[in-house]
Amino acid sequence: MSLARIYAIFLRQIYLFSHNWTRLFSIFAWIFVDVILWAFITKYLNTVSSGSLDFISIFVGAIIMWNLFVRFQQGMIMPLLEDVWTSNFLNYFGSPLMISEYAVGLMSVSFVTSVVGFSLMVVIAGLVISYNIFMLGIGLAVFLLVLFIFGLAVGLFACGVILRFGPSAEWIAWPIPAILSPLVGVFYPISVLPHAVQAISRILPPTYVFEGMRQVLATGTLSLSNLGWGLGLGFVYMIVAFSFFTYIYRLVLRNGLISRFSAEATEF
Amino acid sequence: MIQNTLEVKNLNRSFGAIKAVSDISFSVGEGEIVGLLGPNGAGKTTTINMILGVLTSDSGSVEVAGYNNKTHRSLAAGKMNFAAVYAHIPGNLTVKQSLNVFGRLYEVKELKNKIKTTLKEFDLEKFANSRIGWLSSGEQTRVNLAKAMINSPRLILLDEPTASLDPSVAGLIRERIRDYAKFNNASVLWTSHNMHEVEGVCDRVLFLSKGKIILEGNPKTLPQEYDKKNLEELFISIAREPLTLGFE
Repeated sequence: MSLARIYAIFLRQIYLFSHNWTRLFSIFAWIFVDVILWAFITKYLNTVSSGSLDFISIFVGAIIMWNLFVRFQQGMIMPLLEDVWTSNFLNYFGSPLMISEYAVGLMSVSFVTSVVGFSLMVVIAGLVISYNIFMLGIGLAVFLLVLFIFGLAVGLFACGVILRFGPSAEWIAWPIPAILSPLVGVFYPISVLPHAVQAISRILPPTYVFEGMRQVLATGTLSLSNLGWGLGLGFVYMIVAFSFFTYIYRLVLRNGLISRFSAEATEF
Repeated sequence: MIQNTLEVKNLNRSFGAIKAVSDISFSVGEGEIVGLLGPNGAGKTTTINMILGVLTSDSGSVEVAGYNNKTHRSLAAGKMNFAAVYAHIPGNLTVKQSLNVFGRLYEVKELKNKIKTTLKEFDLEKFANSRIGWLSSGEQTRVNLAKAMINSPRLILLDEPTASLDPSVAGLIRERIRDYAKFNNASVLWTSHNMHEVEGVCDRVLFLSKGKIILEGNPKTLPQEYDKKNLEELFISIAREPLTLGFE
């Protein structure tokens, strides 16, 4: 694997961000609105509730972490779509670039843009409602790692779908977090879900993050087995997503879609 | 002894029932410019895509500078580069940024200097900080060619590189490519529908029809061998009435 080629993928995105300030909205706009909105909703709920629950701790932490997961996923899709929109695949894949290097390049873009977004959310939450996500302690690092791995895995899967079905498949990629969010218990324990749905929740790594976060807030303790499950599942999803992405790459080389990407051929 | 930079052996490719490329074999030697000619749909771009490694062949092999492009794809790709009328460099980067990105993809040593000399060579210095999308089609073609030369490739694949250029710019581009091949002992595989251009540039031509190489030779002497006035007349005869010339 060549670091120079990975850096080239990263560098192109940095150039794009530096050219056009409207791209920064993809990092800041939604998370800014979301954190502000939930900050005030939870502040209000705290004033009208009996005081047995701290809504700010429960919901604002959850919304920051969920938005971070969404950023990880979308941070993978956006640079790929930039290549779709500028018909750049032929230039990239006609070069020595390997598919694994391209994937790692996308991940590096996702990591940096997500860290910037996360920092902004932490600052806003601190300024608006004095919320400090670092009160989650050492567990926070593991929570973030699980979301990072799973976010990249989902992003890589979405990239594979776009690579296979063409530009219009972005409409499959964007809603994936929205589909996952009710299943992983971002705002509620999964015990409130029907039993059959709980079984699905248990195979999704973010479930262990949000359950773990609520456990830390309620008891001050952290279940290591829960974290282990979250991490283990995250790695499994990453391996599956990477295998899927490389399989799709080989498939589009086989059916010629790389050079005829705009044809959006679905019949092969 | 002349070495072959490109070796294509028994290459086949079908799309469903359509045989796009049928058992073709050819080579391109060091410093040689070979024209790949044929009517639309003859299989030229399919062949170039397979050499480039962006399309898998059904069978056969492609070797670039000794590297098989299936088993050593990245190494083979590093020894070549390409410019095609349908492969645009993203318009939202500047010329310099683009060369910087592609130079890194090809792991070019002393990239800063290489970018400087490439910009000068293609008369792009004044556009170095302009976004490619703002340039005229002739200037964009020069950027495509600058990108195709950034790694000093041993093999350049050119798919109609001068299409849509005015005769003056097309002439300059031809000159640059010819000089590059001559002074760097580089090989060029060139597709074009401009027979005058092919006659002027290519050392050898391959005629492709329905996915098969049906004729090969010197573009300056081939027309006479088939009792035709020039390469264009020969091209038209092959495209319209291959049987009358003894080709199937």
